[in-house]
Amino acid sequence: MRPFTVHTGAAVPLLRDNIDTDAIIPSREMKTVSKSGLAAGLFAPWRYSDAITRAKNEEFPLNQPLYSEANILISGHNFGCGSSREHAVWALAEYGFRAIMAHSFGSIFKNNAIRNGLLPIELKWPELEAIARWIESDPKNHQIMIDLKTQTVNAGPLGELIFEIDDQAKNMLLNGLDEIGLTEQLESEITAFENRDRKRRPWIYLTGD
Amino acid sequence: MAQTLFDKLWQEHEIKRLSDSQSLLYIDRIFLHERTGAVALHGLEAAQRQVRRRAHAFCTMDHIVDTFPGRTDKTLMPSGTDFIVATRHAAHDAGITLFDINDPDQGIVHVVSPEQGIALPGSTLICPDSHTCTLGGLGALAWGVGSTEAEHALATSTLRVQRPKNMRIHYIGEIPEHLSAKDIILATIAKVGAGGGAGHAVEFTGAAISYLSAEERMTLCNMAVELSAFTGLVAPDDCIIDYVNGRAFAPKGDDWNKAFQHWKTLHSDASATFDRKFEIDLTTIKPQITWGTSPEHSIGFDEAVPSIKQAATPAQAQAWSRALQYMDMKENSKLSDYPIQAAFIGSCTNSRLSDLRIAANYLASTSNKVAAGVKAICVPGSGRVKRAAEAEGLDQIFIDAGFEWREPGCSLCFYAGGENFGTQARIASTTNRNFEGRQGLGARTHLASPLSVAASACAGHLTTAEYV
Repeated sequence: MRPFTVHTGAAVPLLRDNIDTDAIIPSREMKTVSKSGLAAGLFAPWRYSDAITRAKNEEFPLNQPLYSEANILISGHNFGCGSSREHAVWALAEYGFRAIMAHSFGSIFKNNAIRNGLLPIELKWPELEAIARWIESDPKNHQIMIDLKTQTVNAGPLGELIFEIDDQAKNMLLNGLDEIGLTEQLESEITAFENRDRKRRPWIYLTGD
Repeated sequence: MAQTLFDKLWQEHEIKRLSDSQSLLYIDRIFLHERTGAVALHGLEAAQRQVRRRAHAFCTMDHIVDTFPGRTDKTLMPSGTDFIVATRHAAHDAGITLFDINDPDQGIVHVVSPEQGIALPGSTLICPDSHTCTLGGLGALAWGVGSTEAEHALATSTLRVQRPKNMRIHYIGEIPEHLSAKDIILATIAKVGAGGGAGHAVEFTGAAISYLSAEERMTLCNMAVELSAFTGLVAPDDCIIDYVNGRAFAPKGDDWNKAFQHWKTLHSDASATFDRKFEIDLTTIKPQITWGTSPEHSIGFDEAVPSIKQAATPAQAQAWSRALQYMDMKENSKLSDYPIQAAFIGSCTNSRLSDLRIAANYLASTSNKVAAGVKAICVPGSGRVKRAAEAEGLDQIFIDAGFEWREPGCSLCFYAGGENFGTQARIASTTNRNFEGRQGLGARTHLASPLSVAASACAGHLTTAEYV
């Protein structure tokens, strides 16, 4: 996994609530049994005015030249709610996004993001609105700096904003760790648990193992 | 210390506390499907890892398979065959149980796992599918994950999980006649909000909830994810123990005796505390139909579509305005003013035998037929549901009324580039998501109960049976 330490970049506001994973990438855009080739389908329902010809919807921020460099997304409540499809995170990452700032996240989306080096940052609604206004005033030049180690977002005149993140998630992101590899090191504890649990709940352990 | 049901299930599965908020939990059962499961199995293979406990992992074909009679690996969805074939090979190579297309017990993952006794009360079950919370209806701690977490669970029989808080949604009063579990959960989402359950495991409680059947409890818990909750739960009781008894993968003999005695202890202690509590009076709930593009946009059938000035915040006003525009609806209008072009009965929310019975009973008792210009489809949730329905003659009732009777699968719950009801079709649907484009390009989905969808199909416009 690509580590996340410090990132400075341009942002694009999409200040809507409940942006679901069907909007981030609709099922029809998940065309292969693969984690890649998904960026073209990102926000397809809003990015294209015609799903077949892929004619661009010029009003959608991602299609505006002012936001062509954006790699931080600013959104509202409950971003990434809905389907568990990790394709939503893969599509955002492949498009170039490194962080999503929102008031809250769908819980499966948030877990998926952390496991793919895409940093989910939770901020208060007035903070998000203020950042969005500042970005919109000069999208090309107003850049945001995110420092995961200090858990801070620096957005020009708005100064330094602090965000919360779980220690384990932070450590994984900072070091780009393979979570499965980490857990495999706990195999003896897992086996010990099973030996105890098998006495308590023998019906859980199906034959063949 | 007094514990909630969720606290007990968490404690039983906690192998190790990794931080203040994260624990390593033991995962009892893993279920995959052909949409997201093959990616997880491929990832495992690429990293040269094995499925740690093959007997605890299962897979079905439900998301992409066509539901036409006589279906094969070929699909209307472009490239759908690739997903089916890749999943079949990956499941075979991994040595896990697969409910393949021609398996008599194939079906929607959250219909198959309870009816096979794979999901058990008190067990942990994960699946790369957000509606895994359905199994909370049996008292299982079950939740949806992404493909990477599914890979983790396959490789280690565990997951690193952020501990959610406890929420209780307590229902008072009796359930009015004609009101279904679907109406109750839609009304609940409207009250609590589509993000209202974020970071919480939700237990549904109340005397009336204990009178719901196992299938109705699954419908209730199915949509906990539409509250953005970690999962939903109903405490298991004798009704659930009876439901599980005798199923293919359920405990037998001495194990069964131990299991059900244990399951009887799985309920929240009387003095357990919850971080958030809601109380909902069932007697105030009317049959629900959604008007917008979020499950929280749900109203009683006879209520007016809200006007934007009723919105609580500017953000909500903006969301309502977008939703009305997308749905091509007017503020303050009546739902019955809107003709539909399609009706869909099925999905992991409402495709079990009791759902089909309710719709079929309505059709048989009224002799109503599907209105001209409405395409109506009924898709049983599994091969078992289909056979049981056919044994009761429900298939013939649906067919005589003008419904298509299909093979099991997720079908038109979502549009994957294949079958759909037509661009901008207005659909009365027993599914769980009314998101923009969910059922087709520009499709306008109105979520409702099986009874309301059957009644709408026959009326040709949005309605419910109570009012026909």
